[in-house]
Amino acid sequence: MKHLIICAALALSSHTFADTIIVQSTTSTKNSGLYDYLLPIVKSATGIQVNVVAVGTGQAIKNAMRCDGDVLLVHAKSAEEKFVADGFGEYRHDLMYNDFVIVGPQADPANVAGASDVIDALRRISQAGAKFASRGDDSGTHKKERALWQEAGIDPVKGSGRWYLETGSGMGATLNTGVGLSAYVLTDRATWITFANKQDAVITFEGDPTLFNQYGVIPVSAKKCPNVNQDAAETFARWLLSDTGQAAIAAYQVDGKQLFFPNAN
Amino acid sequence: MQRSANMPRSILPLSICDLRLIKGDRALLGGVNLMIDHPGITVIMGPNGAGKSLLLRCLHGLIKPDFGRITLGHQSVADSSDQQAMVFQQPVLLRRTVLQNLAFAAPKTAKTDPQCLMRALESVNLADRAHQPARMLSGGEQQRLSLARALLSRPALLLLDEATASLDPASVLLIESLVKAQSAQGTKVILVSHDQGQARRMADEVVFISNGQVAEQSPAEQFFTAPQTPVAQAYLAGEISF
Amino acid sequence: MDSLVEAFRLIISLDADLFEILWLSIKVSLVALIIAAFIGLPLGTYLAITKFPGRKFCILLLNALMGMPPVVVGLMVYLLLSRSGPLGWLGLLYTPTAMIIAQVVLITPIIAALSNQVIEHLHQEYSDTFYSMGVTGRRAVAAYLVDARYALTTCILAGFGRAIAEVGAVIIVGGNIDHLTRVMTTAIALETSKGNLTLALALGAVLLALSLLVNALVIGVREYAAKRQYA
Repeated sequence: MKHLIICAALALSSHTFADTIIVQSTTSTKNSGLYDYLLPIVKSATGIQVNVVAVGTGQAIKNAMRCDGDVLLVHAKSAEEKFVADGFGEYRHDLMYNDFVIVGPQADPANVAGASDVIDALRRISQAGAKFASRGDDSGTHKKERALWQEAGIDPVKGSGRWYLETGSGMGATLNTGVGLSAYVLTDRATWITFANKQDAVITFEGDPTLFNQYGVIPVSAKKCPNVNQDAAETFARWLLSDTGQAAIAAYQVDGKQLFFPNAN
Repeated sequence: MQRSANMPRSILPLSICDLRLIKGDRALLGGVNLMIDHPGITVIMGPNGAGKSLLLRCLHGLIKPDFGRITLGHQSVADSSDQQAMVFQQPVLLRRTVLQNLAFAAPKTAKTDPQCLMRALESVNLADRAHQPARMLSGGEQQRLSLARALLSRPALLLLDEATASLDPASVLLIESLVKAQSAQGTKVILVSHDQGQARRMADEVVFISNGQVAEQSPAEQFFTAPQTPVAQAYLAGEISF
Repeated sequence: MDSLVEAFRLIISLDADLFEILWLSIKVSLVALIIAAFIGLPLGTYLAITKFPGRKFCILLLNALMGMPPVVVGLMVYLLLSRSGPLGWLGLLYTPTAMIIAQVVLITPIIAALSNQVIEHLHQEYSDTFYSMGVTGRRAVAAYLVDARYALTTCILAGFGRAIAEVGAVIIVGGNIDHLTRVMTTAIALETSKGNLTLALALGAVLLALSLLVNALVIGVREYAAKRQYA
């Protein structure tokens, strides 16, 4: 009987086949539906089955440092470069970009829409004491947001719990919170476009070149992690960076809008 | 735990020597000395809280006394445990059918012989209930099943602790006649009872317990006609409430 | 209301993705349950009928483990199964097996603690009689398990309820990978984070229906047992 159970348990586990890899990924690429569109193309082009674990960039990098992924696909360039420099990644390549936007209630109580640049926008929010929902989870978006506050010379943590709300959650959960509380939220555009619970929230600020959002791809190092599926990881990364892969990324649209802009070259 | 029919049934003489059971600073049994060496039925009587049931439980090995010694035909209580059977005041039946309750208690030889189990059920008038859930039986029926279960192992010593208290008269009489028949076949019976009528009907010998000690041990006839101790006289006259 | 309609539409249309997710949920929780029952029931029974020093502490520990947050369990199993962890060589992280392991850790204490209470109660009733009949050891454990079968069934179903509704542990060790480790609860979490609240609630309604079914089963078992004085 016990043997039966163990057999059943093993049968349920699909062992890592030669052509299966795990991608530790940021959430925006998953929540926006990019993988649902892209992975079947990858499968037919390369035969590789890609399993995506979507967590915040910070957690994705930590998971990959524990060797629990074959490829890292995130958006926090300096953290990614450190990951490679520390020997965890084979190399890092720019893959694609989109941009961050500040969404908020239509009424725009802090008049963010009239801001000259993103730094000005954040200053307006802080001065108005308007609610701002932050990821607070060390994700790529959170890292970006903190860098922007620093540039603005504001320490929002002083207002933590009053107007600065750190959700400690993913982008979607933070957007749900932000929408519910009529708060401003810094989000990547792809997640926002595909987010279905917008209610009366709109993009209140966009277009500052500072809000550029670069995604990178890194195969995890086989020297640090002997268990990685190096060949398949390499094939997958190379395909994404190839002209075919880049064209496929560019072709992905939601509601007639392109979400990610390939820039591997 | 198999009992063999031809195992020597040497549980007599049954000797209890200075048996003490202490709870806190109170002696529940305060040095019981008793020698039973006659076959037949011994009835233990006495007022409430005298220690009758405790004595029976010590005999059966359910309670370890603080002091004293019990031997049954030169065996210890533990060594004799597979020659003993006990019927409790509250019948405890398994959550199974009547027949399954018997089968659970039956020695292996009886288990393979369903007729043997059915005969046992017939003896307690429960044959037509064989496949009913045991705990759906009435109190009297449950106790009859308990007795049938106890007798399956052909015990050399049968202990009954107020086994017929508050049962219907028909069940009481049936149980009494079965116990008598078992005694006639050579099983030593010790029963604790409050019921003077039952004691008069059953007893060959009476042990009267009072305040955790043996007050009197007499042949039944003598006990009921001319009790020796004032406490037994008062008890029989109904002056001590039980 | 929209969610209920949506839930209904998903079920009526035999939505393939829904049934794949639902089936994986049931499969993972069921296998976890069987393993947990094989460990938990004898353990709970043994602790109920055997006296040894530290027994009370073991029971206390079981009861405490019963309230362990799933996220903590998930984290523990994750660190164990991580490729850089002690059992990394098994390659089990982000597989249904990993989810089963996490759920076994999660519900074994529940089944053990609940069955311990059930058997302890029965032991108070049976112990003198079993002693008198010379029933000890394995035979006693087996008899207790058989006689408490209905109460134990409800313990086991309680474990199933916890397993199938749990998200914190399976999302960490399973990774919520589409077509591989996505179950009802992690799908709900994903749809919520995409802002698809209607779909998320609809999935929740399907899960609720399953939970209703399990609880109806619990009540049915209880009534059947009570009618026969087997409870």
